[in-house]
Amino acid sequence: MDFLYNYIYYIGAFGLILIGLYILLVKHNLIKMIIGLSILETGVNLFIITLGYLDNGTAPIFSKENLESNMMVDPVPQALVLTAIVIGLAVLALALSLAIRLYDSFKTLNLKKIKEQKW
Amino acid sequence: MIIVITLLVLMMLASAITACIMKDLISAVIAACVVSLIAAVLFFLLHAPDVAMAEASIGAALVTAVFIIAIKRTKRHEE
Amino acid sequence: MKKFFSLILLIIIVVGMIYTIHQIPFGKNQSKIGKYFVANGKDETGAANIVTSVVVGYRSFDTLGEVTVLFLAAIGLGAILTTTKKQNHDIEKASLILNTGCRFLFPLVLLFSAYIFIHGHLSPGGGFQGGAVVASGFLLIYLACPGKRINKVGNTISESVGGLIFIILGAIGLFVGDRYFLANFLPKGELNTLFSAGIIPIIYIALGFKVGSELNSVIDKMMEES
Repeated sequence: MDFLYNYIYYIGAFGLILIGLYILLVKHNLIKMIIGLSILETGVNLFIITLGYLDNGTAPIFSKENLESNMMVDPVPQALVLTAIVIGLAVLALALSLAIRLYDSFKTLNLKKIKEQKW
Repeated sequence: MIIVITLLVLMMLASAITACIMKDLISAVIAACVVSLIAAVLFFLLHAPDVAMAEASIGAALVTAVFIIAIKRTKRHEE
Repeated sequence: MKKFFSLILLIIIVVGMIYTIHQIPFGKNQSKIGKYFVANGKDETGAANIVTSVVVGYRSFDTLGEVTVLFLAAIGLGAILTTTKKQNHDIEKASLILNTGCRFLFPLVLLFSAYIFIHGHLSPGGGFQGGAVVASGFLLIYLACPGKRINKVGNTISESVGGLIFIILGAIGLFVGDRYFLANFLPKGELNTLFSAGIIPIIYIALGFKVGSELNSVIDKMMEES
């Protein structure tokens, strides 16, 4: 139980990072590789948020008067991840548009077949 | 509480593996959407409600829509 | 063979990660800068939500850079996807129930997003989340009524006005009050009320418009000839 409490979030975050890396390394389909990229990004975000957690803490919002400031979780990782998620969507759409253009000119999404064709 | 969190993390990893092994790309995208949705719940449990809102609206709705539009303009099955 | 080598690479990464995790205890917050923000944030910026005061108060110059990255990604997408040839597909109309339901939901979604980005300094939410909700509302219309398009001129105007308000408010801070870029020159007001925290709510509303129209244009360009 103690082991689970200490490590379960790290296991989840690093599991996502490893699965994303595996998809990027092994698969040949471009859209599958972009799916792997998005899973990898979710794992990294989960890891950064986990670093700021505090035992028995509260969210960093002063919604009531009697909240103590030394029992709040760290706001800096949350601010970083908040903007990173929005940027991630735009970069993902850019990558997908490149994949659509590649499909238009080569009629395939498989990277091995694209390498064999002459430019 | 810890048992619920463990179950959520295991479900998240299982759907990530599903996204890896599916040959049909639309099924893989839906599995990746489930990963984002469970990650949003985990963000809320880690006392980060701002990030949970962003992840739920972007990761589960907009990313899936953008992927499906791209798959419609290319090919559905992985070869 | 390739799978074998990539598995060996992943095992090396796992060993490195396990070594790293042992140095980081879970649930013990150690960052000094985070403690400073939590202890002094509500007095120095006047916002009840400390994440907001970090995003648009202490680190707003960084947020300006992030918005620029978003803008550049949208422009690059337009440059890649624009073609001269147009192909017309037969558009199949959606069913009546889907059409009516989505058109009923659309104003409610916009109202909810306005609530999110106006109350960004009091409760969880803000410009980035509100903009994402705006974009998902427009996505609903795109899916339910095929053939309908957004007004591109209006979209560009709302995006530019959002960005301009951000920069002009920052530039006014150079001449008034503390004299640095993006200084909070308006009165702070009372904590936990709607009119508080100086320029933070104004910047967050401008960010909501900018992010929303940016994501709208991304979706519009991707749907254009599919």
